Amino acid sequence: MTSATLAPDRPAGNRRSVRGGLPLTRVSGLGLGVAMVWFSLLVLIPLAAVAVTAAGGGWDGFWRTVTNEQTAATIRLTVGTALLVTLVNIVMGTLIAWVLVRDNFFGKRALEILIDVPFALPTIVAGLVLLSLYGPGSPLGVNIANTRIAVFLAFLFVTLPFIVRTVQPVLAELDPEVEEAAASLGASRYTTFRRIVLPSLTPAIAAGAALSFARAVGEYGSLVLLTGNLPMRTEVASVRILSSIENDNLDSAAAVAVVLLAISLAVIVVLDVIQRRVMRRG
Amino acid sequence: MSIEIVNVGKRFGDFVALDDVSVSIPSGRLTALLGPSGGGKSTLLRIIAGLERADTGKVEIEGVDATRLPPQKRNVGFVFQHYAAFKHLTVRRNVAFGLEIRKRPKDEVRSRVDELLALVHLEQFAERLPAQLSGGQRQRMALARALAVEPTVLLLDEPFGALDAKVRKELRDWLRRLHDEVHVTTVFVTHDQEEALEVADEIVVINEGRVEQIGSPDDLYDQPANEFVMRFLGPVTQLGDQLVRPHDLRLSTDLTGTTGAAARVTRVTRIGFEIRVDVATTGGQPVTVTLTRNEFLALGIEVDSDVRVSLTPGSPTTTVSAPTQPPTKAPALTPTP
Repeated sequence: MTSATLAPDRPAGNRRSVRGGLPLTRVSGLGLGVAMVWFSLLVLIPLAAVAVTAAGGGWDGFWRTVTNEQTAATIRLTVGTALLVTLVNIVMGTLIAWVLVRDNFFGKRALEILIDVPFALPTIVAGLVLLSLYGPGSPLGVNIANTRIAVFLAFLFVTLPFIVRTVQPVLAELDPEVEEAAASLGASRYTTFRRIVLPSLTPAIAAGAALSFARAVGEYGSLVLLTGNLPMRTEVASVRILSSIENDNLDSAAAVAVVLLAISLAVIVVLDVIQRRVMRRG
Repeated sequence: MSIEIVNVGKRFGDFVALDDVSVSIPSGRLTALLGPSGGGKSTLLRIIAGLERADTGKVEIEGVDATRLPPQKRNVGFVFQHYAAFKHLTVRRNVAFGLEIRKRPKDEVRSRVDELLALVHLEQFAERLPAQLSGGQRQRMALARALAVEPTVLLLDEPFGALDAKVRKELRDWLRRLHDEVHVTTVFVTHDQEEALEVADEIVVINEGRVEQIGSPDDLYDQPANEFVMRFLGPVTQLGDQLVRPHDLRLSTDLTGTTGAAARVTRVTRIGFEIRVDVATTGGQPVTVTLTRNEFLALGIEVDSDVRVSLTPGSPTTTVSAPTQPPTKAPALTPTP
């Protein structure tokens, strides 16, 4: 022990904010009310309406719809491809963000702007771009029209910016001294990345991944031209929903929608759990 | 000698941060690198740590040539001005980091971390996150983290620069006492001459990328090698072409004497326990003299009194390079609107 005396520190104890207990002031009560009404009108009521419509045919009707061979195939394809694309984005998006923040190279500014193009482009225009590049008349000689690769590619194209854009500002804010501190404590660059940098980035990566997954699951415009929408092969859930509606089968459209909704929610929850794990493990 | 820096040079583009610097830092001592901001002292510290690479020259730590060694291999502890805490890890995990990546047994890590947390008085904060600590506590955590790996040298870059004056002073005293206990070779960077004089065993004064003087606090204060060191280490005033400390000057009301210069009092200011008397010599040169209250009362002088001002024999002086230059450190006359 040192004999040194210091100003009395505050005693140990949790400084977390008190949960619940505090009464709302008039202004914050009004704010909460407005937020809830807004949220209900835009999100909760429409979602409930979809769920109610889906339940219109009863449990049997719902189950029959979603286990219908063709419908189940579209859900499997959509969710499977969306998961795969999200995994690719987690790696590539983080890497692109890293390059944009940490490296200096000619054309960096241009790349910065180009990253947003898939996001800013109307999806049907994206679909047209993909069709002319990778369709039957491809100048590159690559024809992937009417294949599942086309679905994968269209998803990749439209979800590219999400993780880049969520990770980039967080990475830019990271204090380089923290990495230097880890280095002088003996950590290799890989260890520093895994134990110091990555835990700081995971909330951003998780948020970007959730957005990217959700976008992919609902994607329509960019793939509708290139994939050919072949039942059992390249037909995705959004296309299936649309054709159900066109056949005046609103119940089954709603049933597929509810399944997609449930899966998306589950993915968001899982991402959150993983993110907390990674952060704590450090 | 623990750290040998031989002919080290470093440039950032056109800016010369270090110009052929050679310093020997003794083992087990507390050494301060002192100088104005942008003078190259932090760069030198970062070169010792391996966070920056010298363009020329050689760095040796405990007899090992470290010039080309990466920071991971140097076994130095580094403490940053802004703590560089691992924000997502608790205080305990922060301190344990260096030991964990060395794959030490869990029990050993735990007991060593407990020991260090006790040393820096953070035992009861072990499970907190850095964001839940005050600045001073965070810096003590950073110090414990750096000490955990038993470094051969401990380097601190303006360690108390981000703290308020009171905490600064406390931590300064505490660092001194900690060093007396742990005895690890310590180098710290500061631009605060009071901090250096108070804490360090040895001071290296660095300015514009060069070493101006190396010595104990007493050496530097009493025998400044040049005008820069004299000005930087304390208040100065100018008498004739000599730069002197205001408290080394004496006033006398015996106008028949021949020592010193005839002058007239222009202003008397009381600052706490000392009295600052501004005088103007017959040549018109403004000179500042500081006296104790008793000395002042014994003289019985006031504004417009005629006095003789002279230097106490044996006091340090340096010759001013440009004789017409007004004193900078102790602004003599600040007109009040």
